Amino acid sequence: MLVPLEHVIALSAVIFGIGVVGAVTRRNLIVILMSIELMLNAVNLALVGFSRAWANPVGQVFVLMVITVAAAEVAVGLGIVLSLFRNRDSVDIEEVSLLKW
Amino acid sequence: MVDTAAGVAETSLLRWIPFLPLAAAAVHGVFLGLMRRPLPRRGTIFLSCGAVFASFLISLFAFAELLSPEGPRVRVDNLYTWIGAGKFSAEASFLLDPISAVMILVVTFVGFLIHVYSIGYMDDDHRDDTGFPRFFCYLNLFTFSMLMLVLGDNLLVMFLGWEGVGLCSYLLIGFWYSERWNAYCGMKAFVVTRIGDVGFLVGIFVLFWALADVGRPTVAFREIAAAFPQIADRVVTLPAWLGGAEWKLATLVGLCFFAGACGKSAQIPLYVWLPDAMAGPTPVSALIHAATMVTAGVYMVCRLSFLYAAAPGASAVIAWTGAITALFAATIAITQTDIKKVLAYSTVSQLGYMFLAAGCGGYAAALFHLATHAFFKALLFLGAGAVILAMHHEQDTDKMGGLARAIPRTRWAFLMGVIAICGLPPFSGFFSKDDVLLAAFGAHSIPGNRWLYGIGVATALLTSLYMFRLYFRTFHGATRIAPENFRRVHEPAETVRYPLYVLAVFAVLAGFAGLPQVYGDWLGIPDSNSLAHFLAPVLAGGLHEVGVSHGEELRLALLALGAAATGLFVAWWLYLRDPELPGRFMQAFHGVWRLLHEKYFVDQIYDTLIVRPTVWVADRVLFRSIDAGLIDGVAVNGTARAVQGLAARGFKYAHSGLTQSYLFLMILGTVAIVGWLLR
Amino acid sequence: MASHLLSIVTFLPLAGGLALLLLDAVLGLFSLGRLSEGFWRWLTLVFTGLTFALSLGLWTGFDATRTDFQFVERFPWLPDYGVSYFVGIDGVSLLLLVMTTFLMPLVILSSWEDIRRGERTYLFFMLGLETGMLGAFVSLNLFQFYVFWEVMLIPMYFIIGIWGGPRRIYAAVKFFLYTMAGSLLMLVALLVVYYQHFLQFGALNLDLVQGPGSTAPALFDTVIPVAGQAVWWKTQTWLFVAFALAFAVKVPLFPFHTWLPDAHVEAPTAGSVVLASVLLKMGTYGFIRLALPLFPSASVAFAPLIFGLALMGILYAALVAMVQADMKKLVAYSSVAHLGFVMMGMFAFDIEGVEGSVLQMVNHGFSTGALFLLVGMIYERRHTRLIKDFGGIAKPMPVYAALFLVVGLSSMGLPMLNGFVGEFLILLGTYHVAPWVAVAGTFGVVLAAAYMLWMLRRVMFGPVDNPENRGLIDLGLREKFVVVAVLVPIFWIGIYPDFFLRRLDASVTEVLRRVETANARMVLPRGRESAGHNVTGAGPLLSPVALELGSPR
Repeated sequence: MLVPLEHVIALSAVIFGIGVVGAVTRRNLIVILMSIELMLNAVNLALVGFSRAWANPVGQVFVLMVITVAAAEVAVGLGIVLSLFRNRDSVDIEEVSLLKW
Repeated sequence: MVDTAAGVAETSLLRWIPFLPLAAAAVHGVFLGLMRRPLPRRGTIFLSCGAVFASFLISLFAFAELLSPEGPRVRVDNLYTWIGAGKFSAEASFLLDPISAVMILVVTFVGFLIHVYSIGYMDDDHRDDTGFPRFFCYLNLFTFSMLMLVLGDNLLVMFLGWEGVGLCSYLLIGFWYSERWNAYCGMKAFVVTRIGDVGFLVGIFVLFWALADVGRPTVAFREIAAAFPQIADRVVTLPAWLGGAEWKLATLVGLCFFAGACGKSAQIPLYVWLPDAMAGPTPVSALIHAATMVTAGVYMVCRLSFLYAAAPGASAVIAWTGAITALFAATIAITQTDIKKVLAYSTVSQLGYMFLAAGCGGYAAALFHLATHAFFKALLFLGAGAVILAMHHEQDTDKMGGLARAIPRTRWAFLMGVIAICGLPPFSGFFSKDDVLLAAFGAHSIPGNRWLYGIGVATALLTSLYMFRLYFRTFHGATRIAPENFRRVHEPAETVRYPLYVLAVFAVLAGFAGLPQVYGDWLGIPDSNSLAHFLAPVLAGGLHEVGVSHGEELRLALLALGAAATGLFVAWWLYLRDPELPGRFMQAFHGVWRLLHEKYFVDQIYDTLIVRPTVWVADRVLFRSIDAGLIDGVAVNGTARAVQGLAARGFKYAHSGLTQSYLFLMILGTVAIVGWLLR
Repeated sequence: MASHLLSIVTFLPLAGGLALLLLDAVLGLFSLGRLSEGFWRWLTLVFTGLTFALSLGLWTGFDATRTDFQFVERFPWLPDYGVSYFVGIDGVSLLLLVMTTFLMPLVILSSWEDIRRGERTYLFFMLGLETGMLGAFVSLNLFQFYVFWEVMLIPMYFIIGIWGGPRRIYAAVKFFLYTMAGSLLMLVALLVVYYQHFLQFGALNLDLVQGPGSTAPALFDTVIPVAGQAVWWKTQTWLFVAFALAFAVKVPLFPFHTWLPDAHVEAPTAGSVVLASVLLKMGTYGFIRLALPLFPSASVAFAPLIFGLALMGILYAALVAMVQADMKKLVAYSSVAHLGFVMMGMFAFDIEGVEGSVLQMVNHGFSTGALFLLVGMIYERRHTRLIKDFGGIAKPMPVYAALFLVVGLSSMGLPMLNGFVGEFLILLGTYHVAPWVAVAGTFGVVLAAAYMLWMLRRVMFGPVDNPENRGLIDLGLREKFVVVAVLVPIFWIGIYPDFFLRRLDASVTEVLRRVETANARMVLPRGRESAGHNVTGAGPLLSPVALELGSPR
């Protein structure tokens, strides 16, 4: 037992928090995508930590799934960003608000 | 005293009395509605007059059967169960007993004469909404309804006839419908009588449920009469907001039915439709508003005599209402100039007499006056119609005068009617009016009955006054017609005159059917009052012997005669001897004259106090303010607008389109849920 | 085939519509053109006529002495949830069903030349509407009933919204949303009833009565709780209010009536006729079929309120009808007045009143249906319904005027015509339990005469002022046929109502018996104490005497 569980969870929480703040606050779409990745990875970290603490491999299996999903999501997301940039010459999220009242 | 159990015979004859006219009306209806060509004139006459004549013959036959001493006193014709639900059951069945026998004879006989008269009267009508067949269709329908009314075995069949005659009078008053005024008068008649009908219906409800309470739910007359003693003493407590008084149930029911009678028989306060009903053709006025329909109320009171005998309060109200109406209408009649209007108010007045008698317990007297009135009033109206025809549709007596020379036969017939209505012996009106006054004189259970008698006598004076006024102004004195028009005045056709002659005969002689015993003793005839004897078994109080001696009776008769003679004399003086005098009276008492001439402004009062406010409230308050404004505007559309406003001014702004704020709200929500779950 | 007669009668119209649609599509597929509109019209007439003929089989096969439902068919639909296809009729639904099937062919006939565009769609909607209405009348499963109830709204919405007058969109949306709002309340209440049944019997069942092939206890046997201090905390009260609101909008009961004038005025003639004749009866039918048996205590407790609202309907609506400028709106308000009578009779809870109420439902269908047909005929000629545009119509159109008069007389309750029998029984029954309400209601007949005759006078009589009215053509053969056809039941019910009342006796007695026996603790309505009539109205509300079957006929 090298690293106590509490430390892993704390780190995971902090990274998740940074991700949330980044997704809500930053205006650049690419940064938002990166923040979302941060959140996903923070969850991965927590999963691995719990898996090691309770010697249950299911957690680590699930991490593999999350990584796959994250990769697919990043691919689609970057595709949207690219399309958006080609049409509007900007990746500012404040300009993507056509669905307003 | 009411013949219920003994001597009831079933028969299938009675149904034809109303059904023959109905069949004739139906044939007319088919021809008018479906066929391309209407019935030819002869066909119409044969069909309609024939149907009523056939009804008359059957009525005679049925009457004769009733007269036979061994035969049953009551005949019933039961068709089927008309309405039945729960405890309530009303049969479609007819009853022939002395009262209805008298009524059907009067209705079919006078009806037949008027049908014949109409052949001539409606013939020269060249207005473009005429309909010779249409008129006879309505007349037949009316005859049917009236016969249903008087032959009905129960309250519901009577009500069917009651409303039916209301409908037919609506159709007939507004017969020449392309005049707005005629249509208005027809509508007025129907609506005003319907107000009375509310009372009739409520009376049925109260009576039925009271009888149901003692285990005898029924609306049939004979059964009600049999079961009535069980509820005769019931008392009803009015609710607190009406005073909390205690009334006899019989009184309540009696008043409810009398309200209906006030409408149909034009008593105060629902008489206002009758004068305006003169807008219809004169045969209509004769049939409906003199001889038959308006007498429905009197018939009803007499049919329910057992009820009114047990309800002194209601009887008093009836007597007083009748008396006041009689006087009231007579005062108006002395100032009217239209022939038909005078006769209309005269009808209201004479109906008052009938109710006076009925209220005082003299049911036979009421029916006697009903029958004689049918004859002489129909005669007067038909005579007036003949005058109108002769004058080429002029009705204003201001434009008449001296017609005795031009139309002598009409004049003599009319005179017979005038003498009869004034109660001069030995014409019929004398005997029937005396019977009425006698009943009032001897009705000690009615408070103030001597006053009633006095009012009756005063009315007799006024009756004589206005009738002879009418007669003199029309037929005698200097003529007010232009000479060239006078030459065109001629006697009407035979079909118009012959009914007049027949009616005149009856107006003169019918009185002898009910000859009071005091004269019968003179002439040596025992039981001379055949009518009263005939009716006695089915009326409350039987023969209704008023406790006055023969001498007293003669003195009273002389008093009434004196009043009538006084009226005649005054009319002679004012309209023949000194024609300037009326004019001077009018100037001197202009206010009073105007009040009477304008009929006490009752129509205007009703209009201002009831009709206009109702329409105004219905329009401004109920429709615009409440329905369109409040319920629809505020509640329904208002809710819609509120929801729309809420969405437009509130919820809309949650859709900012900014992804990050959506994300933020999502995270807030998740935190909240997780926090609540982990609490 | 005989054992499935009821289902056949119910679904034949829709099946016909679908068959026509299919035929059209198939023909279109092979580029053979489309079925002509005339073909659609005739075939629709055939289908609706056939439905009527078959429903006569139901009429003759109905046994008037049985108190249970007849022609019953049951087929499990979602057995795990207690939902089944369950149909059957008793006297009440029989009368309403035959009235509907009788009127539909006449409605189709009346709109023969009325519809200018989209006639096939219109006819399809009419057929679907008929099935919806018939389905609601025969459903004995609550879920099924709700489905049919909602299904009726859709074709009606389209009929008003597409083929209606100038403000048709507003009227259609108002009609739809207003009715649906009530129905949603009913849905919630339905779920609560469902749950209550489950709590008491441990089974999920929405059958109203026990049907063949089912052993689950009926929904009507559920006892909805009445425990609680004040009336407002009883479950039954809330449930009754929810159901009542849904039905009250449909009836329409004052003050939920304001959708009716708009819907009627804007709907095409045939739509108005169907709306007035049948759809309005859904509300009253819902009361007698569902609200009364399911919530007997609450029904009795709410009777004074219903009396008050019904009375408002009778008097207020009649007064408002008097001052209308549009003939159709006048007739619409008169409907509110007539249905006020129906509600009044129903909540009197005695045989006379309830039988009168059901009969009056049928009467109103015929009378008001005929009135709308007649108004539609004059509209077709002059394209206006304002009374001031007319006057003296009786001269160019005497047959029309005569028929209008007869139907108007039926509407105002003239004896010998149908309206009188219903109104009389209703007032008689109401008098027994609430005398003053009945007296006030009787004044309604005066008002009915006033507004109807006043309208007739302004439209039919008087001189022909407006030159446009001089050349009006009187009714043609088709139009005469339609009106005379409706006059047949009007006279029949007026002259020989026993023929119809006889079939109601057993069913009405049964409904009242349910209300009586399920009423553990009776709450006397307020109207009784204040009546002061200690003689005629005496006795408990539902005395055993009142529930006896009438004398055998």
